[in-house]
Order: sequence, then C-alpha cells, then structure tokens
Amino acid sequence: MTGTTAEGRIYDVAIIGAGVVGCAVFRACVLAGAQTVLLEKGGDLLEGASKANSAILHTGFDATPDTLEAACVQQGYALYREICESMNLSVLKTGAMVVAWTDEDLARFPAIVDKASRNGVPVRVLDAQQARQREPALSEDVRGAVLVEGEDLIDPWTAPMAYAHQAIANGGMLMRKARVEGGARQGDVWRLDVAGKPAVSARVVINCAGNYGDLVEAIARPSPFTITPRKGQFVVFDKTAYELFRTIILPVPTALTKGVVVTRTVFGNVLVGPTAEPQDAREFPTVDHDHLTKLREAAFRIIPALIEHDVTTTYAGLRPATQFSDYQIEALDGLGWITVGGIRSTGLTGALGIAEHVVGLYRAHFADPTPLADVVVPHMPNLVEDLPRPWMQEGRGPIACHCERVTEREIETALTDAVLPVGTLGGLRRRTRCMMGRCQGFYCTRRVMELAQTHLPGLVSPIGEGRHDA
Amino acid sequence: MHDVLIVGAGPAGVNAARVLRKAGVRNIAVLERTREVGGLPRYCGHTGFGMMDFGRVWRGPRYARALAASVADVPVLTDTTVTAIEPGGVVHVATERGLETWRARTVLLATGTRETPRGPRLVSGTRPWGVTTTGAFQEMVMKGLRPFERPVIVGTELVAFSALMTARHGGVRPVAMIEENARITAQRPADVLARLVYGTAVHLETRLVSILGGEKVEGVEIEHAGVRRVLPCDGVVFTGRFVPDAILARLSGITLDNGTHGPLVDSTFRTLDPRVFAAGNVLRAVEHSGMAAREGQRAARMMLRALSGRLPDVRKAVPVERGEGVASVLPQRLYPAPKGNVTLHARVAQARKGMLRLVDERGRVLAERRVHALPERRLELPLPASLLEGVAALRVEVV
Ligand SMILES: Cc1cc2nc3c(=O)[nH]c(=O)nc-3n(C[C@H](O)[C@H](O)[C@H](O)COP(=O)(O)OP(=O)(O)OC[C@H]3O[C@@H](n4cnc5c(N)ncnc54)[C@H](O)[C@@H]3O)c2cc1C
Ligand SMILES: Cc1cc2nc3c(=O)[nH]c(=O)nc-3n(C[C@H](O)[C@H](O)[C@H](O)COP(=O)(O)OP(=O)(O)OC[C@H]3O[C@@H](n4cnc5c(N)ncnc54)[C@H](O)[C@@H]3O)c2cc1C
Repeated sequence: MTGTTAEGRIYDVAIIGAGVVGCAVFRACVLAGAQTVLLEKGGDLLEGASKANSAILHTGFDATPDTLEAACVQQGYALYREICESMNLSVLKTGAMVVAWTDEDLARFPAIVDKASRNGVPVRVLDAQQARQREPALSEDVRGAVLVEGEDLIDPWTAPMAYAHQAIANGGMLMRKARVEGGARQGDVWRLDVAGKPAVSARVVINCAGNYGDLVEAIARPSPFTITPRKGQFVVFDKTAYELFRTIILPVPTALTKGVVVTRTVFGNVLVGPTAEPQDAREFPTVDHDHLTKLREAAFRIIPALIEHDVTTTYAGLRPATQFSDYQIEALDGLGWITVGGIRSTGLTGALGIAEHVVGLYRAHFADPTPLADVVVPHMPNLVEDLPRPWMQEGRGPIACHCERVTEREIETALTDAVLPVGTLGGLRRRTRCMMGRCQGFYCTRRVMELAQTHLPGLVSPIGEGRHDA
Repeated sequence: MHDVLIVGAGPAGVNAARVLRKAGVRNIAVLERTREVGGLPRYCGHTGFGMMDFGRVWRGPRYARALAASVADVPVLTDTTVTAIEPGGVVHVATERGLETWRARTVLLATGTRETPRGPRLVSGTRPWGVTTTGAFQEMVMKGLRPFERPVIVGTELVAFSALMTARHGGVRPVAMIEENARITAQRPADVLARLVYGTAVHLETRLVSILGGEKVEGVEIEHAGVRRVLPCDGVVFTGRFVPDAILARLSGITLDNGTHGPLVDSTFRTLDPRVFAAGNVLRAVEHSGMAAREGQRAARMMLRALSGRLPDVRKAVPVERGEGVASVLPQRLYPAPKGNVTLHARVAQARKGMLRLVDERGRVLAERRVHALPERRLELPLPASLLEGVAALRVEVV
C-alpha cells in the first residue's frame, strides 16, 4: 500500500511526520473515516524523537494538572490499555517509585502526593524500610519513596508501528522518504511540495513534525513556538541485570542535582538516563563519554549491584521541546491546518490521547466523516522478553542474532512485510532487535547484511575480484 | 542421560569431543548454536590454524572443515542453543523442535570469546552505520560483503593487524590505526609492516574522541598531544579488548572469576559446579586457536577421569589470588600432588618488569621467574605440584 500517489488525488488529511504522534494520529484519522496520507522524510517510521525514549507508560501522576498534556497522557494511558491486547502489544507491570535521598527530597513528597491526587492517580508514601522491602537492591541511602503502582513499561517501537500498521491495513497511505519542503493553499486544498516526489494534495494538513515542528509550521504561518531539542542520553546494561529490581526508580523532580531514571526495559535490559541537554541540532544526537560515565555512576549509586553488570550499549534521543511546557495543539480554522507540536517528554504515552483530541478538532473544525465499520486489527510480533518468542518454537529455522535470539525468519518477515516493510537498518533493528544485544553485531552483522542487502541497498557492497579464500 | 554434553563447536569443543570419542565414551553430543562447526576460525581468512591439533597450517575455513570432519562420528547438533545449565547436570536447550531439557553427567563449556564493541567503551559521537568489530568485519569480507572502503582501525592488538590483512583482501584501505599507548600492543614490527605493506599509518598516543556522521560514518575526531583533529573515514573497526563469551555460565549461576571474567576453574578445568568444565577462550581472552584446541583436549581427559570418579576432591583445591601487578591468573585453584607439574598463566594490565612470583599464605615464594610483562601476553609459571602440599592459599604477583 505504500507507494506514489495517484496523480490528481486529493486526500482528506495529510499528516507530516511519522513519529509516535504522527502514527497515532494516522490511525485515528483513518479509523475516523478520513482518506489519509502520512508523509515521513526518513526512510522508515520512528527515525526522529520517537526512536529513543525511556519507554515508560506514564500515569500522568506528575503532570501539571489541568493542562492539555495531563489530559492527553491520561487518555493515552487508558486507550493504550484498551487496545493493546487486540494488537498483541503488551504492558510490563512494574510500578514506579519516586525515591528520596535527602531531606530536601523528602520535603517534596507532600507536593508530589498532592499533585498526583489532583491528577486522580493513586500513590502511596513508603518509608525507607518499605522502599527497600519492595526493592532490596536499592541503595541503603534511600530515605523514602512515593509508590505509583500504575506506571509501567511498554515496547516503544512496536506500539507506534502497530498504529501505522493498522492505519495502512485500513486504507491509509504511507509515503516514506517524503520530505515536505513547502506548500501552498489553493482554495480549499493544500498542495504540499515533497522533495523528489510529486506534490501531495490534501484538504487538511496535520503537522506532527516533532523536532522540525516549527519549521513545518512556517508553511502555514509564522510559528508561535520555537523548537529547542533537548537531548537525553542513556546507558543500557546487560540482561544479566534484569532480575536486580522490578520497579521503575524515578528521581524527585527539580532536585538540585539532576536525577536520573533507572528502569528495566521490556526487552530484558536495564536502562539509566536520560540527561537533559538543550541543543540546536535537530537530528543525529550524540552520546558523550563524560555524560555516559556519570550516568553509569549515578546508576551505581541508586542500585549498587549494577556495578557487577556490563554495559550493552548507549544511545541518545531528542525531545521536541519548545518555550512552553504544555503541548502545542491547535486547529487553524480558515487554514485547513492542525498543529501538533512540542510533544516533549510524554509523547509515547500521550500519542493515542493526542490522536483522539486531534480527530475531535478535525470533526469540530473541518469535516465529519463516518467512522470505518469493519476495522482490520493487526497482530504484531512480540519482542517482549518475558513472553514467548519465535526462537522457542518448533520449526523456527536458524537463529541469526544469538544475543537477542532473533530468527532469520523474523528478519525476512520484517523485510518483506506486505503492509509495512522495513525501510532502514534502524527500522529492522527496531522491528526485530537484531544487532541490539551484548555483542552489538559481532556475531550477526554478516548474516543480517546477507538477508537485508537486497531490501536495504547501500549498507554493503559486493567485493569483486581479488577476494581471498573463496 | 548423556555422559558428556559439549557446548560450542569451536576448536576447544571439537577437540574435546575427539578425545572423548577416542577414549570410547559413547554418549556424547556437541551442541552448537550456529549452523556450522568450527567456531571463530570459520571466518579468519588468514593462515596459521591447525598446527596444534592437526599438525598442519591452514587458513581458518580449511581448519574449520578439518574440525568438522574430525567429529563426523560424534553427534554434533547445530542450530542448537544451550540457554541454561542447572546444578545436577540439567541442560536447557533451544532446538528446532522447541525447548528441551537434557541431562548430563558432565558438561563442557567451550563458548569462546568476542571483542568489546563500541557501546561498553562509552565512546562519544553519533551512532551511524559503519561502526563494527574485527570479527564482524572479517566475516563480511569472507562472504564477499564490504561495509566501507576507508575505515579507521581502533587498537593495535594482534587482531588489529589481522583486520588490516582482511581489509587488503576485501579491497578496503584503512586510513589509519590509532592506539592510546606509546607502543603497539602486538609484537613489533607489526606497525612497520602495517605502514610498508599496507600503507596504513599507526598513530600512537592518539585517542579516539568521537565518531562523526549521520546515517553513515563520515569521520572520527582524534586527539594527539592535546590537539584534536578530524580524520575523514567511512567506517570504524573496534579491534580486540576480547572478553570471554561466558554469558551462559553467568546466567546459569556458575561463578566467574573477576580477573579473567571467564568461569572460575581449577587445574582440572572444573568450575565451581562439579559437573561443569570449561575450556578454550571462554576461560580468558584471548589465546590463539591452538591453545584453545589443546585446552579442549586436556579438559576432555579430566572429564574422563571425572566420569570414573578419579578427580581430586574439590575441597583439597588451593585458591590462587591475584596479587600486585597481576590482572588475571588461570587456573584460579590448584591441587597439591606428589608428582607432576602445574602451570599457572598470568597477565598484567600494564607493562611491568620484575619477578613473577607465586607466594603462599606465609609469604614463602614457591616459584618465581624474571619477566618483562606486557598487556595481553600470557606469562607462564610452571611448578611441581608437590610444592603445594600443606599450602592453604596462594598469590601471584609481579614485583
Ligand atoms: C530521552 C527521552 C525520553 C523519553 N521518555 C519517554 C517516556 O518514558 N514515556 C513517554 O511517554 N515519552 C517519552 N519521551 C517522549 C517521546 O519520545 C516524544 O514525546 C515523542 O517521541 C515525540 O514524538 P513526535 O511524533 O512528536 O516526534 P518525532 O518522533 O520526532 O516525529 C516527527 C517526525 O517528523 C518527521 N519530519 C520532520 N520534518 C518533516 C518534513 N518536513 N517532512 C516529512 N517528515 C518530517 C521526522 O523525520 C520525524 O520522524 C521521551 C523522549 C526522550 C527524547
Ligand atoms: C577476529 C578474530 C581473529 C582471530 N585470529 C586468530 C588467528 O589468526 N589465529 C588464531 O589462532 N586465533 C585467532 N583468533 C582466536 C581464535 O580463533 C578463537 O578465539 C578460537 O576459535 C577459540 O576457540 P574456542 O573453541 O574457545 O571458541 P570459538 O571458536 O569462539 O567457538 C565457540 C563456539 O561456541 C558456540 N556457542 C557459544 N555459545 C553457545 C551456546 N550457548 N550454545 C551453543 N553454542 C554456543 C559458538 O557459536 C562457537 O561456534 C581470532 C579471533 C577473532 C575474533
């Protein structure tokens, strides 16, 4: 279903940006009955902010009450739980503890509890002993904790992939390598200029461009917000650390020293991060040795036994931050444009809620289509470590990646998927986890390249004459 | 119930199987997670393999074929991953038939070694395609795939020069090799050869600052004598810093040694789980394949003795600690015996000249030897096992 647009076709909706927000909005628009196209400049989905986050499904206990963000996060949280099972998406039940290390931290507990109750999220205060009873691996320095039972972990890639998958399976159109460079409104229709491709026409444009949100917004109007990407670096520990603890360990917010999160991942690792570093560059975030070293040391202070465990990898993500703390979502009446910007640090959770809100705006301001009747529901492959994976099954065929136990068939299936085939090596890794384990491709790069080379040209080239030991 | 299950069909595992089979042990199986027998040498295109076990010198793939042929009469199950070993010889196996539980009187861990990739080195920069390890690079070139044309090679252990050879065969021209220390880690004159034969300069006392590039590597920033500069390149090969692939041991709760990071073993190759033995490069990083092969054979002889209840009582083992200047020692437990010799292997973290010594708990020097120790090189200290009678604890040091 992916491919070039038929000449002269006018979509009801064109969404710019296939991050988690764009994917969720895509799904909601298609299911609402709008003819929708999703335009993504990258070679695959989730190449922007959504490529790297902490993967926490937030309750919104610490959101600023009565903001759009708080509302979308809470609705996104509820909607995710409602639909996840049907698409084979899972939730790793962990709960979270906001942990105090100092008197100052402890002094903030009443405010945290009060905010949570204003957001309608149940929390419970634990003393130091209770905190360590729940998580014996926590440092003895812990002074107390606010327990938020509802905070959980999800697979940050399969979820948005499922949204896009469902949209395409129900008639939505995805165009990758489709960078929107400009556009003009002619009568009731937007004509979007797409680099190297025919223009795309749509009655309504939805800007979900993440870290490029202000630049894309400028197509419609002078952007009321400016994006200053805020980088977050992470260190990933080996799966050997997974059993050390279960609960997500959160810092007390706004403490003097910048706290970090220590959490499991659904893939069976342990994660520490993120940093918060404003920067200008909008993509390709860097990691740096000093911050990584500090993160690792911070993790050791929180869970001392982590010192016995190896680092698997490091990464960084960019939050689409603006000068405002709340989401910037708005329908521009006469312009046929909906702005969805500044989805800074809760977009993974908020996406489904944002999508509902956006469809509401669409119906209120622009058109009121009939929702789809027979909806196709995709069944996504499971990458969650705690649940059965293909390598365990009879007739699985060879395993390509031994660290993450990814079968060759999983890789081939992802590369040739009829609805949403892999578009980049990153996309393949996010869909299968190949090359993501402790050896980082020492054992599997060659095999993955053999399988992927015809689908993902440009990664490797054939060696001609003069090759030794044929 | 198997008499012996061998995990890993590299030089160590295969050589162990050969010895056990020859000794008439019938109930053996070798379990190998890949599709082929041979372990790492399968993808080493250069020569130098087979001397120790076949008396011939071959290239890696030829050697791997010889290994496979030599165990034609032993059940070698490929595409079979051992996922855990429980005390009592319970072995969990993932096969094409699904998950199975096997039982064995003895198990040999021969799971090998690998290089340290970029992640655990906490290297700065972006994360583009084109950053790899020697092992992965050699495997790609062997299969006719070229991931880059002008890479930088990080490190100067022996394997880095092997990466250089691979590059040449693959039509890849490394722009430089970089090394933090003032001398290369491999034996000289490898660096001279690198420059003369391959036209690749070795930059000493040079640090990799960060990796540059978007989708693909575009360069590296390096620092020498406080000055930083950008070296354009399209790939980065992290070489060496080998680590034992001891994850199966670790996840199975088998005690690892803090020095070698491999399973803690005694001089009979036994781990602290008395049914489980270990041999080859899983014991420590890294030795040439001939050493791994020989250890496989020697471990197999010990397993034969274990099967007939002839190994020394584990309670009689004397622990060996790492003392001053010593990064690792192998084995970590020794047995006193009226006759015969034992050989300790030690390594240093930093270059060091002095006496390599084995000292007992009362400070008595049991054996010593003058050494000029360099990192990544094995130091051997042979001694008569009779010296260990009545000793409670041992320490190895370079002073
Ligand atoms: C370090 C970190 C930790 C986080 N942790 C969590 C967490 O635990 N839980 C949680 O809920 N959220 C978390 N988040 C937040 C979440 O990841 C973001 O809110 C979310 O990814 C934003 O998604 P997006 O779709 O708005 O942006 P993006 O993912 O950036 O998507 C925008 C897309 O638009 C494309 N694009 C841009 N310009 C154009 C153009 N001109 N034409 C075509 N396409 C274009 C881009 O290529 C990109 O793919 C975290 C974020 C970070 C960085
Ligand atoms: C890039 C590189 C170049 C080298 N060059 C040389 C050289 O020039 N000369 C030389 O002598 N040596 C060289 N070596 C070293 C040497 O080849 C290997 O270290 C040697 O093969 C070690 O033998 P081994 O049997 O201990 O392990 P390996 O050869 O690594 O074999 C281990 C086997 O165990 C299998 N395995 C691992 N875990 C499991 C599991 N859970 N279940 C089932 N199977 C499992 C693996 O698939 C593998 O086949 C090189 C190594 C590398 C990486």
